[in-house]
Amino acid sequence: MKLGRVSQQGIVFAIFLAMFAGFAFFLHGFATTANMLALLQNVAVLGILGLGMAIVVIGRGVDLSLIATLAVPPGLVLQMVQDGSSLSLALTAALLLSIAFGLVNGWLIAYAEVPALFTTLATGLFLAGLGQALLFKLDVVQWSAGLAGFEKLGQGVVLGIPMPIIVFALACVVIGLLLTRTRVGAYIYAIGDNPFGARTTGIPVRPTIVLQYVLAALIGCLAGLVMAASVNSMPTRIYNSTWIYDVILVVVLGGIGLSGGRGGVLNVVIGTLLIGTLLNGMTIMDISYSAQNLIKGMVLLAAVIADSFLNPRNEETAQQGDI
Amino acid sequence: MQEAIVRFKSRFWPDHLLGEILSKRWTETAIPVIVLLIVGFALSRSIDGFLSPVALADQARQAGEIGFIVLGLSLVVIVGGIDLSVGSMFALCDFCALFCLNILGLPIPIVIIATIACGALLGAVNGLLIGYMRLRAFITTLITLIIYRSAYDLLLVDYSNRIAASFPDFPAWNFIGGGDVLGVPSVAVAYIVVAIFGHLFLTRLRPGWHITAIGGSRRSAYNSGIAVRRTIALCYVASGALTAIGALFFAARLGTVGGDVGIGLEVTVLTAVVLGGISLGGGKGSVAKALVGTLIVLLVTNGLTTLSVRGGFQRMTLAAILLVAAIIDIRWLKNRMRIISKVYVTPAYNFLPPPPPTEIGAGGPFEQNDKLRDVSLIGLGRIEAPEDVILDRHDNLYAGSRHGDIIRFFAPDYEKMEVFAHIGGQPLGMAFDKHDNLYCCIGGMGLYRISPDRKVEKATDETNRSLLSVNDDSRLRLADDLDIAPDGRIFFSEATTRYEMHEWPVEGHEARGNGRIVCYDPNKGTTRTVLRGLKFPNGICVASDGQSILFAETFRCSVSRYWFDGPKAGKVEMVLDNLPGYPDNINLASDGNYWLAIVGMRCPALDLAWRMPGFRNRMAKRLPLDEWLFPNINTGCVVKFNEKGEILESFWDLHGANHPMITSMREHRGHLYLGGIANNRIGRYKLANADPDFVQYDKRWGRA
Repeated sequence: MKLGRVSQQGIVFAIFLAMFAGFAFFLHGFATTANMLALLQNVAVLGILGLGMAIVVIGRGVDLSLIATLAVPPGLVLQMVQDGSSLSLALTAALLLSIAFGLVNGWLIAYAEVPALFTTLATGLFLAGLGQALLFKLDVVQWSAGLAGFEKLGQGVVLGIPMPIIVFALACVVIGLLLTRTRVGAYIYAIGDNPFGARTTGIPVRPTIVLQYVLAALIGCLAGLVMAASVNSMPTRIYNSTWIYDVILVVVLGGIGLSGGRGGVLNVVIGTLLIGTLLNGMTIMDISYSAQNLIKGMVLLAAVIADSFLNPRNEETAQQGDI
Repeated sequence: MQEAIVRFKSRFWPDHLLGEILSKRWTETAIPVIVLLIVGFALSRSIDGFLSPVALADQARQAGEIGFIVLGLSLVVIVGGIDLSVGSMFALCDFCALFCLNILGLPIPIVIIATIACGALLGAVNGLLIGYMRLRAFITTLITLIIYRSAYDLLLVDYSNRIAASFPDFPAWNFIGGGDVLGVPSVAVAYIVVAIFGHLFLTRLRPGWHITAIGGSRRSAYNSGIAVRRTIALCYVASGALTAIGALFFAARLGTVGGDVGIGLEVTVLTAVVLGGISLGGGKGSVAKALVGTLIVLLVTNGLTTLSVRGGFQRMTLAAILLVAAIIDIRWLKNRMRIISKVYVTPAYNFLPPPPPTEIGAGGPFEQNDKLRDVSLIGLGRIEAPEDVILDRHDNLYAGSRHGDIIRFFAPDYEKMEVFAHIGGQPLGMAFDKHDNLYCCIGGMGLYRISPDRKVEKATDETNRSLLSVNDDSRLRLADDLDIAPDGRIFFSEATTRYEMHEWPVEGHEARGNGRIVCYDPNKGTTRTVLRGLKFPNGICVASDGQSILFAETFRCSVSRYWFDGPKAGKVEMVLDNLPGYPDNINLASDGNYWLAIVGMRCPALDLAWRMPGFRNRMAKRLPLDEWLFPNINTGCVVKFNEKGEILESFWDLHGANHPMITSMREHRGHLYLGGIANNRIGRYKLANADPDFVQYDKRWGRA
């Protein structure tokens, strides 16, 4: 079964290379340094979100509330600074909000045993509603003078490389070290591989799950700050978009199986590159937004079908009703 | 005084009903219904005209449309999946209906068929991917959500203006959209019809059971031969078709194809399903739950809109309700059985005076001896659990076995044995009727008849349902012993209506009058309960007058007499009271008296505990089952008594080495044959002064 040895990661990377070569050959203006940087900059935020999703998915969960954490705590920073608070105070508030939100998610999933899917669906809705009802005055929170200098996070350039790419790279390194070099990382893999087995061997399953969702919320907040800094505002209506599906796409396409316990940062990078290339190419080809979605959906479907053949569900450890 | 209160409470306070009510499956729906009532009440107090006919009709119209989708999603959730693409399918079906009608100008029946086919096709894609290719339901329907939505958006660009430009005016179409039948909106009527069919489908038809079985345990369903993949796929098809019906009514009502049709619908529908109490993960759910969930969501969202709550608060409320409902649902499902097991056992007051002495030297009829020490053994190691033994008029010996067989030992030496009949449940009491049919009580199954040519037939397994009982007591749980009246009517005891056969010690711990005596009339084929509220009725024997039966109540330590005919019909009189042990089967003796098996002896600790229901209640709640106080099954004896209630003789086996326990005995030609439910042997004891020609059949039915 040599074919079975081919990882999805390898397949996706090959597709990415083929697609990249194809675009570079056929599309005028694709293979330029400027376009490459633009491509990476456009998908950096998506990539950061993908890292947060990856942590949760490796631990056999899913976090649909990432877009809410992307929108609301950073929006709070902008709003508080607009209202006259200092930047550090606003950042602290956003950080606390993210941590509290992650704790709630984690508690509901690990201790109240509500399925992750429903928990994050509902808490995301709740957080978005909270922002809409209590925190923000307008749907788009505007940049204000108090934030001067902060926009470097999104618009700065270091050694010719845009800041979002650097943030993404740093985040990749940190999360990569966490997953591969620390005990907690090993716990997350163990829990994703077999939660009952992990529990039996004495791993603190529940606290680790809570930690996963706190990390995901913090990463979502970071992605939101980068995004706000690069566009000089926070369009909170982004919550209504289908962006979360793109994040799942990055993770699943990169080869992190939804059944957990597999994959790593490299998969997120590959997934991000593929999506970035796909979107960039389609944009250059001037394909409409709906058609782009359709193509994205088809690619995602193909990836999921491939995933289910390459990483079949483990019926022994799959929970009843593990949808 | 205190004991009088305890006795009074135990007798009239129906605390045993709590556990019985909780173990009803409809209590799972009770919580959503309560939520619905609270929400409805709160909203009707805060909004004027909330319950006016116009407002209600409008609510019903929306409820019907969403209700169809909720039904579809319920089906998918019950089978163990999820369908997030309903919102996009809804939009596409809406488009399909209006496209067929406004642009193609097809007749209405064709439009309806085309729309439903469109929904079924979209669902079939999901079904194919999830059912046959075994993809994960969540991620797959998430993708189809994107694909269907972008397809809808693309179609919209091309056709929305043309659809918006035409205004079809057909009476039938308008009836679908806004008509009513006797004031009930058309969509509500259709919903009711579909819902009733759905209920029957899920609870009464085979495919519905298959769906529940797959959701409950996919692998078990597969192993029992259910076409798992096809059934799952068809559930998604049904979900698509039901969504299409909802979209059809929506299209007829509003006639628009806006960009926001069906956006976020999956969240609303999912909330309804979860709120209704359909458990995520499958195996549990009903149409009633889907309906209740739909109504709650609709009332909350419409109520909040009417109260002009800001969008953000509306989202927060909806999310909070979804979360709280999910937590309660999951906690409740996880702990329901534990709660039931804590409250189901409700010990009652059971007073017994100090028992008569049995010690050697104490005198009295129960004085211990060792007469049964040397009984000879039949079938040692070859039979298991012969609760009752009986001999036919050709001297063959019959006994039940734990494996669900009736074993026959052949006269004269009872060495050769064979399986006389296989029944499948544990045989307990047995009796021959006039035509040599062997009637047998089977624990957990009911009353069975084995004809002389070994044909096994069910005589009865249900009786009339009591009017006021919460548990369905029509099914026989533990038919125990029987005897046959001269006219052929069969009286048999059912030891308990609250527990299964293997749970008899729990019944002993509870000591409530849960048993009854049931009469089966083979001439008319009817079964009727004749006596209720007995404490573990056990042995039964027709008395000498042919108009009454003697019956033993094990945990009341007594033998009573019940007249079913004659001048005293319906009366019950005590014959033997305050026995020193727990009586079991009763049978005829050759001298016109009766044999009574005593299966175990009373002990002062349990006698005292029986007077303290609260104490036993705490024991049942806090200790594991195997540490509760149960009646002993230790050294027993056989006694002979007469109808006046006098004990004439007793036979003991003090060491229990040869024949450890006794649940029944049968006299035959000068010997006493002993059965015991925990034994691997049958005992045979030579009686000193017995009629050597006594055969029970001849005595009862006359010499053939």
